[in-house]
Amino acid sequence: MRIDVNAFVGAYPFRKVPGTSVETLLRAMDRVAIDEAWISHLPSVFWRDPAAGNSWLYETAERSDRLRAIPAIHPGLPGWEDTLHAAPSSGAPAVRCDAVYYGLDASGSEIRSLAAACAGLGIPLLQAVRLEDARQRHPHDRAGELAAASVRMLIRSDPKVRLIITHADRGFIEEVHFGSTPEEAARIWWDISWIWGPPEDHLETLMTTIGTERFVFGTGQPLRIPETSVAKLDLLELSADTRQRIESGNARALGSAMSGSAR
Amino acid sequence: MLIDVHAHFLHDRSPRADWRERNASRLRAGERVGITVHVASILGSWGATSPIYFPSPPDIEYGNSFLLQLQRSDPARIRGYATVNPNFQQHALGELRRCLDAGMIGIKLAASRRADDRLLDPICALAGERRVPVLHHIWQHRRRDYPGQEASDAVELGRLAARHPRVNFLLAHIGGGGDWLHSLAAVRHQANIYVDLSGSGVDGGMLEACLEEVGPERLVWGCDLTIDTGWAKLRYLEQLVSPAELELIRWQNAARIFPPSAFPND
Repeated sequence: MRIDVNAFVGAYPFRKVPGTSVETLLRAMDRVAIDEAWISHLPSVFWRDPAAGNSWLYETAERSDRLRAIPAIHPGLPGWEDTLHAAPSSGAPAVRCDAVYYGLDASGSEIRSLAAACAGLGIPLLQAVRLEDARQRHPHDRAGELAAASVRMLIRSDPKVRLIITHADRGFIEEVHFGSTPEEAARIWWDISWIWGPPEDHLETLMTTIGTERFVFGTGQPLRIPETSVAKLDLLELSADTRQRIESGNARALGSAMSGSAR
Repeated sequence: MLIDVHAHFLHDRSPRADWRERNASRLRAGERVGITVHVASILGSWGATSPIYFPSPPDIEYGNSFLLQLQRSDPARIRGYATVNPNFQQHALGELRRCLDAGMIGIKLAASRRADDRLLDPICALAGERRVPVLHHIWQHRRRDYPGQEASDAVELGRLAARHPRVNFLLAHIGGGGDWLHSLAAVRHQANIYVDLSGSGVDGGMLEACLEEVGPERLVWGCDLTIDTGWAKLRYLEQLVSPAELELIRWQNAARIFPPSAFPND
């Protein structure tokens, strides 16, 4: 069983990306043996109202038992609480907020309110550190990257908030993990999509230093080819049990509070 | 056969205390992936006693000598590029002759001088005489200067390649950062530039664009600092090209541009 917690559907505004349709995503999942994908709506990351893509996303996920919708929440817009409260009953395993793309302060009061509300509902909040390498971004793609300090602030903001952070590299992860108490760090899960394998062996190091229970399988597809996350696991000497936890067990446990509610 | 045209090794005078582990990890991962030969370079002292991209002559000599020793100690798997700094012109030419005479099979130019600078011409002339390729570090679409390197982009490499039509050039790490679409468009018609697929970047659409712009006949496989991304690209390429085209990318193109007998069973 392999669950990709970090997949997108829909067009990307800054360059031509193949494979953005639901059909091609499902084919890519078949190609690399991904059983289930938690999907986000890529175009609406850049919309003034990112939640406007949620209804399409829910309908899309509803049509396939392999897809689960990660709705977007903009905590600076009126009515965001209603959008959030609809998520559990719609089967969402998490919600996402790309604060830096929305023009929000990633450490500000709006995002802290959202984190607290997510904690109250028991639903994880997903954030991406980046979507593309900063060196190649479109000249008009000027949103900053999520700062490690913002993640540290957010995990401290509520004792029950749980975070899924995607597209983080080793330095970012270490800065947050060791800049948090063990109790705080245990409420953060990291997708492996942006972590280097050999010969630098960042992923192997992190598995040892912060623990395999902190990682979930994610790809960032179709912005990134999903083969990468599989290859980096294939290059590790993992027991079958550990690999299973990374590929699905940790995510399954994380999203279990939401599972079955509307599916 | 699988040839990694863009590898690196570290040494005891680099700033990395874990240099042995990293070198061993590269070879161990290579075995897992099935890499037959790692064609590698060492960029001076890796910043310990001169900048990585502006290595001093003594650091260059030490790094190249260390790599030659690695090549001798593991002749089945390791080949070397001679690294030089074109700012030290006579030293560069002498070092190239020393290293090529000792068995290195290519030239590595990093970012000590812009690719289209005339100081590179004697080096490329020597590459032509010795029939070895030049792997040139590239920042894909360099829009400005970056600290620590005098990086070049594909347009600048294209000017150099046009001046030296008998020399084959490898445009380094198309996935190594920057706008690869710009690079591919820039080298599309420059037949003596091959695109090295290495780099940590694994963007959706990048391999498709490489195939569309330069075709499988001018793509060479490599990893640079991330063997996981190299393996991923290889796996995806299996879906995109025919088995015969895949062989071109895996090793046959490399075998064509490196000197005869550079690789086993070549």
